[in-house]
Amino acid sequence: MPTDVPHVALTGVSKFFAGARALEGVDFACRRGTIHGVLGENGAGKSTLIKIMSGVLAPDAGEMRLDGRPVAFASPSEAARAGIVCIFQELSLIPDLSVADNISLSDPPKRFGLIDKRAERRRAEALLARIKCEDIDPRALVRQLSLSRRQMVEIAKAIGRDPSVLILDEATSALTSRDVETVYGLLAELKAQGVASIFISHRMHEVDALCDTLSVFRNGRHVETFAKGARSGREIVRLMIGRDVEAQFPPKPVRARPAPLLTVRGMLWGDRLNGVDIAVGRGEIVGLGGLDGQGQKDLLLALFGVLRGVEGEVTVGAAHGLPRSPAAAKSGRTRIALVPEDRKTEGLMLARPIADNLLAASYGEVSRGPFIDDGLARAAIEDALAKLRIKIGRPEDPVATLSGGNQQKVVIAKWLLVHPDVILLNDPTRGIDVGTKQEIYRLMRALADEGKAILFYSTDYAELIGCCDRVSVMYDGRILTELEGDGITEEAIVAASLNIETAA
Amino acid sequence: MSAVSALVARPENRPIAIALGFVVAILIVGTLYTLVMQGTAPLLSPRYLLQQLQTGAFLGIVAAGMMMVILLAHIDLSVPWTLAAAAMMATSVGGDLAIPTGIAVGVAVGLVNGFGVAVLRIPSMIFTLGVDSVMRGLMVAHTGGFAPRTEATPLMRWLASGKLLGVPMAIFVWIGVSMVVATLLARTAFGKAIYATGSREGAAYLSGIRTRLVIAGAFVASGVSAAIAGMLLAGYSTKAYQGMGNPFLLPAIAAVVLGGTRILGGSGRYAGTVVGVILIVLLNSVLSIMQMPEAGRQIIYGVVIIGMLLVYGRNDKITS
Amino acid sequence: MSGLRLTLQQNRAFAGACALLLALWLAYNALHPRGFSTAVLVQNANEAVAIAFVAMAQTVPVLMGGLDLSVGAVMTLTNCIASVLVNGAPGQIALGIVATLLAGTLFGAMNGLIVVYGRIQPIIATLATGAIAIGLALIVRPQPGGSIDEDLSWALTNQLSDFAETYAIFDDGKAAWFAPFAWIPTPLVLLLVIAFGVWLPFRRSVTGRTVYAIGSAEGAAFMSGLPIARAKLAAFTLAGFFAACGGLYLAVQTSSGNADVTQAGAYTLNSIAAVVLGGTSLLGGIGGAIASLVGALILRVISFYFRILSIDPLLQPLIEGVVLLAAVSLGAVRTLRVRNRLELFR
Repeated sequence: MPTDVPHVALTGVSKFFAGARALEGVDFACRRGTIHGVLGENGAGKSTLIKIMSGVLAPDAGEMRLDGRPVAFASPSEAARAGIVCIFQELSLIPDLSVADNISLSDPPKRFGLIDKRAERRRAEALLARIKCEDIDPRALVRQLSLSRRQMVEIAKAIGRDPSVLILDEATSALTSRDVETVYGLLAELKAQGVASIFISHRMHEVDALCDTLSVFRNGRHVETFAKGARSGREIVRLMIGRDVEAQFPPKPVRARPAPLLTVRGMLWGDRLNGVDIAVGRGEIVGLGGLDGQGQKDLLLALFGVLRGVEGEVTVGAAHGLPRSPAAAKSGRTRIALVPEDRKTEGLMLARPIADNLLAASYGEVSRGPFIDDGLARAAIEDALAKLRIKIGRPEDPVATLSGGNQQKVVIAKWLLVHPDVILLNDPTRGIDVGTKQEIYRLMRALADEGKAILFYSTDYAELIGCCDRVSVMYDGRILTELEGDGITEEAIVAASLNIETAA
Repeated sequence: MSAVSALVARPENRPIAIALGFVVAILIVGTLYTLVMQGTAPLLSPRYLLQQLQTGAFLGIVAAGMMMVILLAHIDLSVPWTLAAAAMMATSVGGDLAIPTGIAVGVAVGLVNGFGVAVLRIPSMIFTLGVDSVMRGLMVAHTGGFAPRTEATPLMRWLASGKLLGVPMAIFVWIGVSMVVATLLARTAFGKAIYATGSREGAAYLSGIRTRLVIAGAFVASGVSAAIAGMLLAGYSTKAYQGMGNPFLLPAIAAVVLGGTRILGGSGRYAGTVVGVILIVLLNSVLSIMQMPEAGRQIIYGVVIIGMLLVYGRNDKITS
Repeated sequence: MSGLRLTLQQNRAFAGACALLLALWLAYNALHPRGFSTAVLVQNANEAVAIAFVAMAQTVPVLMGGLDLSVGAVMTLTNCIASVLVNGAPGQIALGIVATLLAGTLFGAMNGLIVVYGRIQPIIATLATGAIAIGLALIVRPQPGGSIDEDLSWALTNQLSDFAETYAIFDDGKAAWFAPFAWIPTPLVLLLVIAFGVWLPFRRSVTGRTVYAIGSAEGAAFMSGLPIARAKLAAFTLAGFFAACGGLYLAVQTSSGNADVTQAGAYTLNSIAAVVLGGTSLLGGIGGAIASLVGALILRVISFYFRILSIDPLLQPLIEGVVLLAAVSLGAVRTLRVRNRLELFR
């Protein structure tokens, strides 16, 4: 039921951080009963936009209107009271509180002035049922849930606040495909009820499937808003990055399967890995697919020496057995590198300078005797920045000042300085803009061509199809299917992920 | 001047510059006071200043070790009795082995702390507290609770109160320790690993940094620093005594923090710690010149710490 | 998963602490020549109240991921204030009590203001304000001494029947219905009334929940629109109140005030030990004041053993330290079994 007055309207909104433009002169509006996609590379200003809408940040200039009345929110709670609720990319859940507590966090049901735990639990049960997550125990601590379950709790929490504007910032990035379907259904339902949803995602096909209106941002400015279907995918990408793009994925070389550099046979770990067999050779990119939580991450961590009590036969180059720690993994004869799942807590020391982050794994290489050699260190940093085309101010600036895509490049560059032979990638493009994604795809292929063995876990099927020479699909801690060459299709991966052949 | 302003512009240096300014302010206020009340200016005489720095050396050495631990977002509460134990063991062993014995005590305590914090992953606040209690217990049992009768060796005494070119030896020892710590932090892989681990231990571990060794190393450094300070103090007063380390713990932490080291770890420069120590030492000596009663001293002490930290600028609002 | 199992699993540390306390206490009474008697219970309770209050005070900032190094000093300050004010006519006494508790509460609020609006790390802010509190205590009471109303002192440090008798209630404590409770030590009742009457409602309020949320994930708490500033202020204020309860009781128990720096420091450090023994995480977000109360009682019971086992008092710090290390190391055995080393860093 779109009306003439937009439900939310921003006019001339600007925001600067330490002089740098995050948003400038942005006009943006969304209407009730629509699902509005917001597209743009990292650093385009999408996050700033939604932070202003949801009261996390105050704009430096411009105004915001809700149903035509000017509003200014001093905090997220004020925005929520006005009906604007945001599901943030960084989860806003409290790990040590229960699911029920989290869902009714800031405005719990009360009895005699105190929080009514029982009512809270009933409320949680009802909201979880609405998003088909009856499997989540409202009494469990959020800490005990997997990332994808947490994200669903986050969604339950948001809809529990009865929003008139629901903002989803990469809210589906960690979800399983079943949950994504549920969320799509939910958004359709909310749309029918007149809720305005704002959907931010880097996954083009998601935006395409879901949204009826699209807005593109670039460099802190609003470029264009149009109805779905008015622009082709190619045109949209051009609007986003301001130039044409060639084929999304670099071409795959055709050649015989190389001899394996890394071989795993019958790897067991608790109830998470149930006999993994996999081999990766020099020059190969092997994809790990499957539904979330089938042991892919555990396999990567095991190979990097993080897990205790892993059994099975492993050969890395000439060495037998797993490295005993990441320190051993990176310094063996055949060196292993891991780009971890969460770059903000596992990949980077956010408050430390870019230079220190780049060198974090390779201080040994830039030292002469006990002392760090400034010349070697500077050369290594320049080399890394140039090779990955990382855009930075000064190397002394904290790495936190970089955009998400550039941060991920710093993580990768850190490992390239170690000259690894085996590179383990744990969903390296999650929450990263299209431009940087493509750079990473090209880099992966270039590294493979240099003779590195790459094991690449991704939640995005398109990436697996586009990048990998082979794809091993995991199911219940095992690799049940291995796809190769033209056999790597979306249908094949989906079927293998759901283990349809064996079920039939 | 532009070099100075460039130095101040770096966020890590801001607290150091402010603390230096405050040191100057203390000197001016103290001198004005003595000029008006006594007609003299002892604070500006090199001899008096050297004497103050000599006593400051004990605190400075303790703070140097403490800083390495604080950079890791940990804390070493076992300093008081590590210091006392090193002094007592050194004096009771005596002879040429006195100083190696004291150092060994520091290393041993550091290793135990490192094991508890890095391997067992017990919060340092509680583990080092327990170790301090154990060390106190061991020393009380060793001495029977009385002041030890053994005396510091001549070498210990010379290192504490001897003079070289008119400058007390203790200051040279402090300078030596400072050079080692400053080099370690700024120019070695170990130092960088301390900053990395203190900033985000998980990320440091996944970067292949041996974080357990780093943590243990920092605690050993702290133990050894406390041991050196203890032996110097024993040399200075010719004997070790019960509770000799107690007055150093909180001032050492305060000096590190006033020097701009983040109490949550990951950032801070060693130069700041030196300035922090000088600040605290001068503040104390001005207060004693003014014959400030204990109550007033405590209050001024607290107000100065709060006031300085308020001036340093405030923490970020959200720590996500 | 059943509700009970879930609850137990989520409160494993607290359950362990309770079991340890029970075992220690039973063994102590079994060894004591007059074990399981009211006299012993009353004496033990008296000695445990102050540290229990200070431990509860420490808990609130710890839950928030902070630390209050001024709790011992605030206890000392209020102890000195009480030794001056809690005297004279009943009205004066009541006023003195209120003033004492108010002083501690206000001091706690000041800590909170410094932490919230000065944005200084709690541990270092309270290190400084602790010095200020000691300074003030020295001004209030330069020499140890002072006095406390004797009736009050007697009533609060004995069993309930003595309390009733002193203030001529419940037929001087001889009412038939009162008999089953007469033996209970008043200090214990006092402790439990304040612990349950103040802490539990706080925990069940949005402010209290916010304290937990801040300790668990401050950024998420802010994003969720929780009242961060209010909760931090409340946490330190409540800590000040609990510390004042401790100081007041110490005055009642010793009938004097003493601005003793060493004692203040010892109470602060013991409060941290008690918090940890009770199962509250120093990282914040997990635990509670009741747990710390249990932790404080464990610490005290351990020290009681020295008397009955006639251990050389010189060995006391050694044994206390070893017990503390053993207790926390026991809890750490789990970390040695962690199968994913990333879980060690949170």
